Amino acid sequence: MTATVQYDEVEVGQEIPAVDYGVRRLNLVMYAGASGDFNQIHWNERFAKMVGLPDVIAHGMYTMAQAGRFVTDWVGDPGAVVDYGVRFSSMVVVPDDDQGATITVSGVVEEKLPDKRVVVGLTARSGDARVLSKARAVVQLA
Amino acid sequence: MALNRDFVGRSYPAGPPYEVSRVKIREFAAAIGDNNPVYRDREAARAAGHPDVIAPPTFPIVFSLQSGGEALADPDLGLNFAMVVHGEQRFEYVRPVYAGDRLVVTATITDIRSAGRNELLTVRNDVTTVEGEPVCTTYNTIVERGGAA
Repeated sequence: MTATVQYDEVEVGQEIPAVDYGVRRLNLVMYAGASGDFNQIHWNERFAKMVGLPDVIAHGMYTMAQAGRFVTDWVGDPGAVVDYGVRFSSMVVVPDDDQGATITVSGVVEEKLPDKRVVVGLTARSGDARVLSKARAVVQLA
Repeated sequence: MALNRDFVGRSYPAGPPYEVSRVKIREFAAAIGDNNPVYRDREAARAAGHPDVIAPPTFPIVFSLQSGGEALADPDLGLNFAMVVHGEQRFEYVRPVYAGDRLVVTATITDIRSAGRNELLTVRNDVTTVEGEPVCTTYNTIVERGGAA
């Protein structure tokens, strides 16, 4: 396992530049199939509205996966993620059009731990809403 | 309807082992839009120092989502699935998940609490290989909207 980010070259407060991730209805259908989460609020507009939602919403886990991808792309090794947790603080509403929604993820090195590990704090936004809170990953650096 | 607090502390034994396949990892990686070759190609994964294709950090949701399902479906718990959304999720790794792993999941309901009008329920899943090697622990908190109203 080989993280490409060196522990000694990382400083607390260092920012990891934001990346935009798109989410369209197709992504939610694919994610439903791959994950086995077929909750209708993620693909059936009629059902979503019936239970009081504004429209179909993304799986929280789809958003978590995008923020996870942000971390693994930064660190250069998916095996370097030793702890990753989030709270789903707001919905990502995904309209049935060609644009869908956008999830913007950014990060900051919050803490340097022993054994060349760091805590990365993550921010994920969609429109005006912060869709993840308490989002943090502990990663093993080189 | 408030959830039945008697369920806190209940554990549910592992079902049949979940066999992690390269095909499922590839499908999952495609679904999250991640083109990293270590999720697809054994040689690329080996070149990066892994024994086989590695799973993305959130992959264990595939086999941990249904764990505790038996409890959640128990009418005595009083959960209205139509009102359920995901509240929190965490993955704590001892080591990564690899293609070829045969994993078993033991689910425990660790907490049920109210937050405003909602009911929150947390399931901890202890994931090991069939040989008993610890792999990861996942924590899944679901929210029943309006459940505490």
